Amino acid sequence: MLALSDYLALSALLFAIGMAGIFLNRKNAIVLLMSIELILLAVNFNFIAFSHFLGDIHGQVFVFFILTVAAAESAIGLAILVVLFRNRDTINVGDLDSMRG
Amino acid sequence: MIEKVIFYVFAAILLLAAMLVITARNPVHSALSLVLAFFTSAALWLLAEAEFLGIALVLVYVGAVMVLFLFVVMMLDINISVIREGFARYLPLGALVGVVMVLQMLLVIGAGVGEGQVSLALADAAGESGAGGNNIRLLGSVLYTVYVYPFELAAIVLLLAIIAAIMLTHRRRADTKHQDISAQVRTRKDDRLRLVRMPSEVDDER
Amino acid sequence: MKTIYLLVVLAPLFGAVIAGLAGNVIGRSNAARIAVAAVAVSALGSLWVLYQHVWGGAPVFDETLYQWAQVGGLSLEVGFLIDRLTAVMMVVVTSVSLAVHVYTIGYMHDDAGYQRFFSYINLFTFAMLMLVMANNFLQLFFGWEAVGLVSYLLIGFYYRKESAIFANLKAFLVNRVGDFGFLLGIAAVLMYYGSLDYGEVFAAATLRPDMSLSIFGTEALVATVAGVLLFIGAMGKSAQVPLHVWLPDSMEGPTPISALIHAATMVTAGIFLVARMSPIFELSDAALSVVLVLGAVTALFMGLVGLVQNDIKRVIAYSTLSQLGYMFVALGASAYAAGVFHLMTHAFFKALLFLGAGAVIVALHHEQDMRRMGNLRRYLPMTHITMLLGTLALVGTPFFSGYYSKDVIIEAVHAADRFGAGFAYWAVLLGVFITALYSFRLYFMVFWGEERIDPHAKAHISHLPGYVLPVMQWPLVALAVPSVVIGYFTIEPMLFGGFFDEAIHVLSDNDVLAKKGETFHGPLAFGLHAAVNPAFWLAVAGAVVAWFFYIARPDLRPALTRPMAPLIAVLERKYGFDELYRDGFAGGGRQLGALFWRGGDQAIIDGVIVNGTARTIGRLAQGLRGVQSGYLYHYAFAMIIGLLLLLTVFVGRWQGWF
Repeated sequence: MLALSDYLALSALLFAIGMAGIFLNRKNAIVLLMSIELILLAVNFNFIAFSHFLGDIHGQVFVFFILTVAAAESAIGLAILVVLFRNRDTINVGDLDSMRG
Repeated sequence: MIEKVIFYVFAAILLLAAMLVITARNPVHSALSLVLAFFTSAALWLLAEAEFLGIALVLVYVGAVMVLFLFVVMMLDINISVIREGFARYLPLGALVGVVMVLQMLLVIGAGVGEGQVSLALADAAGESGAGGNNIRLLGSVLYTVYVYPFELAAIVLLLAIIAAIMLTHRRRADTKHQDISAQVRTRKDDRLRLVRMPSEVDDER
Repeated sequence: MKTIYLLVVLAPLFGAVIAGLAGNVIGRSNAARIAVAAVAVSALGSLWVLYQHVWGGAPVFDETLYQWAQVGGLSLEVGFLIDRLTAVMMVVVTSVSLAVHVYTIGYMHDDAGYQRFFSYINLFTFAMLMLVMANNFLQLFFGWEAVGLVSYLLIGFYYRKESAIFANLKAFLVNRVGDFGFLLGIAAVLMYYGSLDYGEVFAAATLRPDMSLSIFGTEALVATVAGVLLFIGAMGKSAQVPLHVWLPDSMEGPTPISALIHAATMVTAGIFLVARMSPIFELSDAALSVVLVLGAVTALFMGLVGLVQNDIKRVIAYSTLSQLGYMFVALGASAYAAGVFHLMTHAFFKALLFLGAGAVIVALHHEQDMRRMGNLRRYLPMTHITMLLGTLALVGTPFFSGYYSKDVIIEAVHAADRFGAGFAYWAVLLGVFITALYSFRLYFMVFWGEERIDPHAKAHISHLPGYVLPVMQWPLVALAVPSVVIGYFTIEPMLFGGFFDEAIHVLSDNDVLAKKGETFHGPLAFGLHAAVNPAFWLAVAGAVVAWFFYIARPDLRPALTRPMAPLIAVLERKYGFDELYRDGFAGGGRQLGALFWRGGDQAIIDGVIVNGTARTIGRLAQGLRGVQSGYLYHYAFAMIIGLLLLLTVFVGRWQGWF
């Protein structure tokens, strides 16, 4: 029989991978976005798991909203990326320092 | 038993795909690996009796978001060597952070197993009886009653995302031909017509 | 009677309001007419009041007219206390004021601030009447401050003149010092006698004469403390040493003001105050000694300064200081009636001298330096005669009013056996000589000797019809009459006839005037007595010396002054009071202020607190600026590291790692 801890451990690993992805691909904006998707996926895993093991449907409702917002976020993020590339011919995050204090 | 096997197989594929996402040299490979990760996630969610969300993940993420990712990755002309610089240098740090985090979380989860199991089992039983098998009906009955306003808001968020994405990327190309109706209507006689007074000419050739 | 009292007080207020607020509407001459009429009404009313009180048998009027506020057990009221003392003061104030008003018509004829001036002096008359007619300390204080205000306004009447502004500010500040004592005195009265009403306070004071209080561990009689504090107020207003410095400078104001406010009336408010407070002062020998000694010091030493002044108005101003000192000496010797008597006579002849000086100044086109006058009796015969009469009255010529009032003071001091009375006697006696010396010095320098008039001024002098406007001459004559005769007729009733019995309270042990009264055989005998009176011969000596050195042998003057050069230098610097106040108090205050300004405000508040905060935040921000790299992944790293730390903290606390 599967236990809650199996899901949670999987989620923790997925989260850590997403986090490491931000560290490793620090200059590639697209992979950064993908890492964020991974992290969100890990969070959703937690919700699903708890929802399942507590028999409470509200966790799934939360996942539903998170998916919605994540979809919106990636749509706008990619749009920004496109505009960025159009204006500066790069998506290298290392070149973007106009907010330097 | 079979569930356990399925879970561990899919979990292994998921982790592998996730590792590929963050380590692949080519962003296209990353995106494709992410598609794989979403697929396996959907499978795992089905295993956790979240059928609607599993399907939604496949449809929305694999079908829409990931296609968008692939589209953008392919459309943009990316210089991979520049983007990859510093990868090796930050590998130890990233790995360390990830490992520490995983260890700490596992510590929490591992400690929770002993005491949590009983209550979770109780909850399990309650969930089984309450779920009634039809996940979509259950989700819908909550979503359209208790969460109806957040649901509407989520719809607005999506609409906003559409408009924002369009507004951000939309541009008028200089080389396209188009009509400006109001400019046409505003035109006056003086803009087009010029009257010139000049002496009449005599045809010398004749 | 109440209607008359109100009329006397309110007529000048009405005039002041009309002339002040509607002055430009009704025009110059109408403003003057209304102002003069108002004061004339007031003066006539005052005369009638005096007549009623002296001969008509009118009772003492002590009534509250209006209750302003009730604060706990304390009632703040407006009320009148009219007895013979008040009546005399009212007559003095209004009659001198009337003379000055009439004189002003001529003196200020060409001045742009004509209506304003009339408004001010009307207002002054109102305020002074409120002061003398008060039946409680609150109203007294109101009048006290109101006359101070008008004095301030009038000293600075020529507000474009820098020295006038300086002088009025100085007068204002020095008076504040006195007022500080005065207010404390009123507070002490209220605290220990439980009322502000004169009648109740005097009753309480007489009932418990031994009441004492403790100041810094020293026991003192309440009467002494209250008396000295009230006297400090009187010192400020009546310009006694050491608060006298403002009066000579107040001569920056127009001359009619010098006559009215700074010679005849306002500066005598202190004398009136002490006389009015006689029931309190009588309880304390110490307070009276303070009054006596300070009065004597002022009388002698301020007269000496008058010897070296060359500004005609300043000579008279120092003379005023000296004469006020005489009055305080009289009060200090418990001869209150003599003080008030001298106040009255002095008001007439000093106003006369000032108005005469004003006539001279106007005739010479605003020349005030006596070294550029001389032989003016040819041009200004009327002024000459009236000023001579005034001078004779001032120095104490027998049968002139000044003789009676001053001589009574000298003899009263001689008879008193209070601490300081011996010193005071010699001071006032020597003061007679000094008075004669500076008075005749002025007289001879201005009206006799060679002509030293500036040609420009001389051209002006011959412009005038009869050299002086008649409207300026009549007040001189009107004042000259009482200056000469009033002493002769009033000495017996006022000093020895129990005239002030209702108003002034003297313990029988202290009553030096009663002792003198035993040997008084009428004014004629008193005048003839001059022949064996040292004071008279001293005055004669003073006049002779002045004549000798200024008329007979002016060439001998250097021989006299050269050996006394250091003394003269001290006198010319007025004993250094101005320097002490300016460099000591004001300068010290400024230095203290600068210290607080630089050290406290600039260094600590601005430097450390205000700018220091900004600077620290600036430096901090400068440091934090480096953190703000603008690179997205730096922020992401920071978030992740922070997340890791939080996780570690939570897990660690839960696991008990730390």
